[in-house]
Amino acid sequence: MTDYETWERRTPRQRIVRYVLTLLLVVAAVASWRALNVRYNYLGSAPTEFMDLVNRMYPPAVGYSTEIVSPLIETVHIAVLGTALAVMLSVPVALLGATNTTPNKLGFAVGKFIISFTRSVNVIIWALVFVIIFGSGTLAGVLAVAVRSIGFCSKLIAEAIEEIDPGQVEAIKATGANSVETAIYAIAPQIKPAFIGVSTYRWDINVRASTIIGFVGAGGIGVELNTAINFFQWQRVLTILLAILGIVIFSEFVSAYLRRKVR
Amino acid sequence: MATKQEERREWSRPTAFYNHYVKWAVYAVIAVFLLWSAWNMRISYARVVEGWNSGAGLVTSMFPPELTPFKTDLLIEGMVESIAMSVVATIIGAVISIPVAFMAAENIAPRPVYWVGRGLITVSRAFHELIIAIIVVKAVGIGALAGVIALTYKTLGFFAKLLAEEIEDIDEGQMEAVEATGANGIQTMLFGVVPQVMPRIVGLSIYRWDINIRHSTIVGIVGAGGIGSTLINSFDKYDYDFFMTIVLAIVAVVIVGELVSTYVRGRIQ
Amino acid sequence: MLSVTDLQKTYDTGDEALKGVSMDVTGNEMVAVIGPSGAGKSTFIRCINRLTEPTGGSVELDGVEVTGLSKKELRNARRDMGMIFQEFNLIERLTVMENVLSGRLGYVSTWKAFRRVFAGDDIERAYEVLDRVGLGGHENDRADELSGGQRQRVGIARAILQRPKILLVDEPTSSLDPETSREVMDLLTEIAAEDDIPVLINIHEVDLAEEYADRIVGLRDGQKVFEGTPADLDESARGQIYRGEEIPDLTTGAQQSAVVEETAGSTPTDEGETRRG
Ligand SMILES: Nc1ncnc2c1ncn2[C@@H]1O[C@H](COP(=O)(O)OP(=O)(O)OP(=O)(O)O)[C@@H](O)[C@H]1O
Ligand SMILES: [Mg+2]
Repeated sequence: MTDYETWERRTPRQRIVRYVLTLLLVVAAVASWRALNVRYNYLGSAPTEFMDLVNRMYPPAVGYSTEIVSPLIETVHIAVLGTALAVMLSVPVALLGATNTTPNKLGFAVGKFIISFTRSVNVIIWALVFVIIFGSGTLAGVLAVAVRSIGFCSKLIAEAIEEIDPGQVEAIKATGANSVETAIYAIAPQIKPAFIGVSTYRWDINVRASTIIGFVGAGGIGVELNTAINFFQWQRVLTILLAILGIVIFSEFVSAYLRRKVR
Repeated sequence: MATKQEERREWSRPTAFYNHYVKWAVYAVIAVFLLWSAWNMRISYARVVEGWNSGAGLVTSMFPPELTPFKTDLLIEGMVESIAMSVVATIIGAVISIPVAFMAAENIAPRPVYWVGRGLITVSRAFHELIIAIIVVKAVGIGALAGVIALTYKTLGFFAKLLAEEIEDIDEGQMEAVEATGANGIQTMLFGVVPQVMPRIVGLSIYRWDINIRHSTIVGIVGAGGIGSTLINSFDKYDYDFFMTIVLAIVAVVIVGELVSTYVRGRIQ
Repeated sequence: MLSVTDLQKTYDTGDEALKGVSMDVTGNEMVAVIGPSGAGKSTFIRCINRLTEPTGGSVELDGVEVTGLSKKELRNARRDMGMIFQEFNLIERLTVMENVLSGRLGYVSTWKAFRRVFAGDDIERAYEVLDRVGLGGHENDRADELSGGQRQRVGIARAILQRPKILLVDEPTSSLDPETSREVMDLLTEIAAEDDIPVLINIHEVDLAEEYADRIVGLRDGQKVFEGTPADLDESARGQIYRGEEIPDLTTGAQQSAVVEETAGSTPTDEGETRRG
């Protein structure tokens, strides 16, 4: 123990808490690692395997690119339709789930439940569920994307509704407008930017989601990707990956543009 | 009165688009696009009815959840593997994102290194975890290792981007001051930047862990271990009762993970 | 004519904001309601068009008992009362024209309102009103691009597009600088005269009230403690309204009013401090 002790930034208690937490972290990490039963020979050969894969992928199959145009368009369709459906459905859910517009406690609980349940189930699981219900195809994909997005959209729209300026609502009421007119004139303009922002942002996310639901047969480019991988057509795989990259960047650009357009 | 009528002024709402024709054209294009999309799906009335029936069947078969001892074991085993994957991936991902962040920081990395760093981050962020997982599975084989690698790579993209931005924002003057003491570039970074962003990294790690739990429950669908494998097996065997049980279990774990993460983040701040 | 009798309001919190206030507003007079913060001025004006639901008493406008009306009838009654707010309460993201036209919402069908279709006459009148409040040429500006004074003018235009039988004005100048405040007050006076409607106005600045009002009503703790012409508003009346002083008896009157004069000398800011304190 030297005088350096006085330099310590933390109180002894804080230090003990930190040590305990660090220890817990280490224990959790070790326990987790052991629970995974990783075979170390696989781990060791992983880098070579990856290099091998990359070598087999290059160069991309250029001729194949025309074949993937239509699944790519389908992917965008799924994202657009799914988002449109989600946005429509999330308006009533948001009205239920916002403290200032909810009709009663039960409605609020229902709204909150829909929001958290739909968000907690990944899009691929929703896709499986809808494939069970409707059989494989785009329809299952659209519904999966839509249902998964309801919670996200409703949550953000509900937050926007909670933040509206009540003064504007009162002013319109004071002119003798009825409640529908008040909603159109005083509430809608206030949540419009959030609404557009949420829709386009979610559409952007949904484009990514639409690229993978094909793995379980719910349409889009994922079907092609899955097939190419299963038949070890690695050059095609690279072509598809590049196409996905392109479409993802495209959607990011479009969504950013639209959000800038609506203030 | 008649003259008054004639000089009556008109008004129409100015539009964000170039003019009203453009606006209506844009709306028309959107409408046509949606119709085209819908038409592409070929939804028929019969299909909707059929779907409704099988959906109702699925929901009713969901209760009570099917839990024979054997299946309970499968469920727990898969879930433990998923959570273990999420823990390992979060830790490794956070740690190795530090060097990658330095590679991807424009103000310190040499050009070629910078492009490699940025490339790693962009690819990680652009691709869905399942796409990364399916490729990793082909490289290292089916199992939890593939899941860990995939999740680690996604985590890396998340952290390295944030950290790189942090590094790019630091005060050059301060950096020079530290350099003047004789420290080299890396030392400057390690002592000048990393401690500053450490509290944020801890908060973000917990946030990312939450996300990784979600992802760890699905990567098994493409063979990368965890409860997702159990889920896809029951799906392939048409064992929809057990399938729904697993889905409910996943929802429960995800919600608990979110609560824990929110609580812990609240406590650190 | 507006006739308010024994108006009471007790909020759910238990706050007795109005303890029975009565007054009449007729012709084209401007009646200013003054009083310290929390006196119940806003509550009073909001109870008249029932943005706040009164808990007792009655409000009568041209023979119609507003307090007893059903929802639908209340909407019709509200069309006859133009309201102007301290924070303007414009729809920030809509254009000036749409804000002004929203004054007609009580008259258009919901379907037309949904499509934002207004009658040609309404549009023409909106242009005229905009000219009148000095905002000609601003019809396509968005409300959030305007200055405070301009916004309040839009608020006034919205109210007069209703063709109201009375204007209810809640502290129209508190968010404005002194010069703009005067412009707004001038405009309100002009409207009262030209359209021949009364104006009931809550106001913080006593000097503005004295300058513009035909009659002044003083509220304190939910009760009317003063009513008279601006000339009647002497130092003792001010003391009564703002400091709750009893009406001084004649023996100590001279002394007390001297003290009051000192503190109340530099009127507007001083009043402001008194209110907050
Ligand atoms: N919505 C409300 N809920 C509960 N109490 C309220 C509410 N609005 C006002 N009050 C209370 O009623 C009383 C009168 O408030 P009011 O806003 O009418 O005063 P005011 O004279 O307009 O004051 P100011 O000059 O600050 O605008 C105050 O005590 C206030 O706390
Ligand atoms: Mg007030």
